[in-house]
Amino acid sequence: MAGATVEFRHVTKRYDRGHKGRGAVNDLSLTVPAGNICVLVGPSGCGKTTTLKMVNRLIEPTSGEILIDGRDVQKEPVTELRRRIGYVIQQVGLFPHLTIGQNVAVVPSLLGWSNARKAERVEELLTLVGLDAARYRDRYPHQLSGGERQRVGVARALAADPPVMLMDEPFGAVDPIVRERLQNEFLRLQRELAKTILFVTHDIDEAIKMGDVVAVMQTGGVLAQFGTPTDILANPSSDFVARFVGADRGLKRLSLMRVADLELRPPVTARPGDHAAESRSRALADPFPYLLLVDTDGRPLGWLDERSIPQTGVITDAMAIPMSPLVGFDTTLKDALSMMLDADVHAAIAVDEQGCVHGLVTVDAIAEVMQRRADRWSR
Amino acid sequence: MIRWDWIGRNLDDIAESLAEHLTLTVIAVLVGFALSFAASLLIHRRRWLYAPFTSVSGFLYTIPSLALFAFLVPFTGLSLLTAEIGLVSYTLLILIRNTVAGLDGVPAEVREAADGMGYSRSQRLWRVELPLALPVIVAGLRIATVTTIGLVMVTALIGQGGLGQLMLRGFNRQFPTMIYVGFVLSVALAVIADAALLLAQRALTPWSRGGVR
Amino acid sequence: MAAYADEGPLGQLVAWLTDPGHWTGPGGVPTRLLEHLELSALAVIAGIAVAVPAGLVIGHTGRGAFLATSVANMGRAIPSYALLLILFPVFGFGLGAPLVALLLLTIPPILTNTYVGVRSVDRDTVEAGRGMGFTARQILLRIEARLALPLVLAGIRTAAVQAVATATLAALIAGGGLGRFIVDGFARRDEGQLLAGALFVGVLAIVTERVFGFLERRAVPPGLLSGRGAEVATPGAPVGAGRA
Repeated sequence: MAGATVEFRHVTKRYDRGHKGRGAVNDLSLTVPAGNICVLVGPSGCGKTTTLKMVNRLIEPTSGEILIDGRDVQKEPVTELRRRIGYVIQQVGLFPHLTIGQNVAVVPSLLGWSNARKAERVEELLTLVGLDAARYRDRYPHQLSGGERQRVGVARALAADPPVMLMDEPFGAVDPIVRERLQNEFLRLQRELAKTILFVTHDIDEAIKMGDVVAVMQTGGVLAQFGTPTDILANPSSDFVARFVGADRGLKRLSLMRVADLELRPPVTARPGDHAAESRSRALADPFPYLLLVDTDGRPLGWLDERSIPQTGVITDAMAIPMSPLVGFDTTLKDALSMMLDADVHAAIAVDEQGCVHGLVTVDAIAEVMQRRADRWSR
Repeated sequence: MIRWDWIGRNLDDIAESLAEHLTLTVIAVLVGFALSFAASLLIHRRRWLYAPFTSVSGFLYTIPSLALFAFLVPFTGLSLLTAEIGLVSYTLLILIRNTVAGLDGVPAEVREAADGMGYSRSQRLWRVELPLALPVIVAGLRIATVTTIGLVMVTALIGQGGLGQLMLRGFNRQFPTMIYVGFVLSVALAVIADAALLLAQRALTPWSRGGVR
Repeated sequence: MAAYADEGPLGQLVAWLTDPGHWTGPGGVPTRLLEHLELSALAVIAGIAVAVPAGLVIGHTGRGAFLATSVANMGRAIPSYALLLILFPVFGFGLGAPLVALLLLTIPPILTNTYVGVRSVDRDTVEAGRGMGFTARQILLRIEARLALPLVLAGIRTAAVQAVATATLAALIAGGGLGRFIVDGFARRDEGQLLAGALFVGVLAIVTERVFGFLERRAVPPGLLSGRGAEVATPGAPVGAGRA
């Protein structure tokens, strides 16, 4: 089942004074479009987890309403509501006394599915999250690694094919390498599933990476900004948001932009056997006075600079000096810049899947993109 | 020193004492467990009940068994009832403490996951919390059972007692063989009962690595 | 006194307690109480003398841990009543059998609690002590023993209550102590005496438990006052041993 729209209308949660206001939510209104990942991000105590738990009514709001596809969650029997919403938490919370297969089939069991249907679903889901069903189905949770447990947690949440999933710091308890892999796998999964996902994290980098939309919350449960990651990085609505996303937000934004988003500079090219004098004058006439040597299919062979292009004769591939880094259209500008800095060059060569040259990514071009956005901020 | 011939001639008598000992123990542990279990579920729902329940059962636990039986005899006589009231009293503290601790030991995230997936309160209790509490509950049952087997001995002084009766008769007649037989059988009974409960717990909780966590 | 005989068990209890003849002489309450305390105290002191040093050494070196837990489990599996009677053929009537039985019963809880108490001292604390130049002996006596003290006292409390209870049964063999009132009460079908004996023994056990509980709380180092949570009984764990 694909995602449903989730709408918060003037949702407020107040706690007694003894609670010191931590986790309170103040008049929150926002709409998560169906099939989107909405990341709730903010410092601890900002009410992001409270917001999440009000959707499946683990916490009841003081006032306001939450609608899933237009239906008020308050008007449904609470256990039935929860069985239709996937729930994943940081500590996973697998049931230690049930096998992995039984854990995944928990909600189907509550819904009274037949054993055959459950078994089929378990197999399907374990495969989906990248675990060999035959190997894992009959194990107990304590026999799995943290990353494997977290995958089972996701499979369990998906078991009854809920339109909405709530994920509370789902990748917070695993080490950074495993986290990165789980994030990528989950994004790949989500492209197929298109669930509506509310995702809580305190890590702005994770928010930017995972979110189609991001809700930045600040202490007191106030929604500071709601928008796409690019929006939030480019136009922080307040000092709080600007500080929260960090001084390196320009660099973070580069990680959201890809080579394909850039206007590529056409290089001056030549093939082995071309006349040196003619190529030389073409290269020197260009503001980027280098000659890119390519083969007959357009694949890059190397660079020639002013000194290495002979005055007469023909160009041979032996004259080329080492290559710049090659980047694809999918490479983020952050990675492209980093590759150029590592290689100590001014340009990277953008190539297509066949390896043919499509243009150059220069440090200047990246700087220009950042500059252009910077101008918009000060406007 | 041991009159084997006496043992040979009195096997029926000995078996009867053993059976009586076992019966007294089983009744006490079952009744004690039923009461403690109900009390523990109440405490699980209403936390403030923990202190009064444990201080009453702790008070009973502290009173020496002979004194407790002596208190009861003028009211309930030299009867099975007197014996069982005393025996049950001594199981309560251990069983309540362990059952509550077992339920408390269920990790918070497991409880939260159960709620989040739509378990009702009673489904959560019976399908998640109690199975997970089982090793600690059984640990309590083991101690209660072994303790009760020892205490049944003392009920010989109020006319019950199973193997205790055998030992007391041996003492009164200055006949050590009866004392030794009663002693060895009671210790063996305790060891076997303890092992049987441990095995049962292992069989019921295949998910836990050791026995007791 | 016959006037009270028909007044039911409680009336007979009051009658027995108010009879001045029961409060004096070799069979009187003070004498019996003293006998009871003497026997219990002797057993507890002997138990401490044996079990505390042994527990400290086992806890400090980690050697003999299996022995410590086995002793604890045996202490639970062998009931005090059976222990008393089994020793009777060896020692006959008199104080011998009760003393040995009581000693054997006081050792397990003290030994286990001392051992567990020392073991559960934070290893970082010990490491810090070593880093500051404490000798092994100083670590044992100034750090481990001090931090283990509340648990050791808890073991002594269990042992003391156990001793008071078992000393009651000892009346069967030794003839003295408060248990004598109960045993005689049964024998003579004297409900007043029976209830009086039960009352004295019950109160003595509760008082013993309270006094040692008080000492135990006083012994917790101020920095550790948050307490150690609810006790859970697991076979081999440092909580109450068997009952008597």
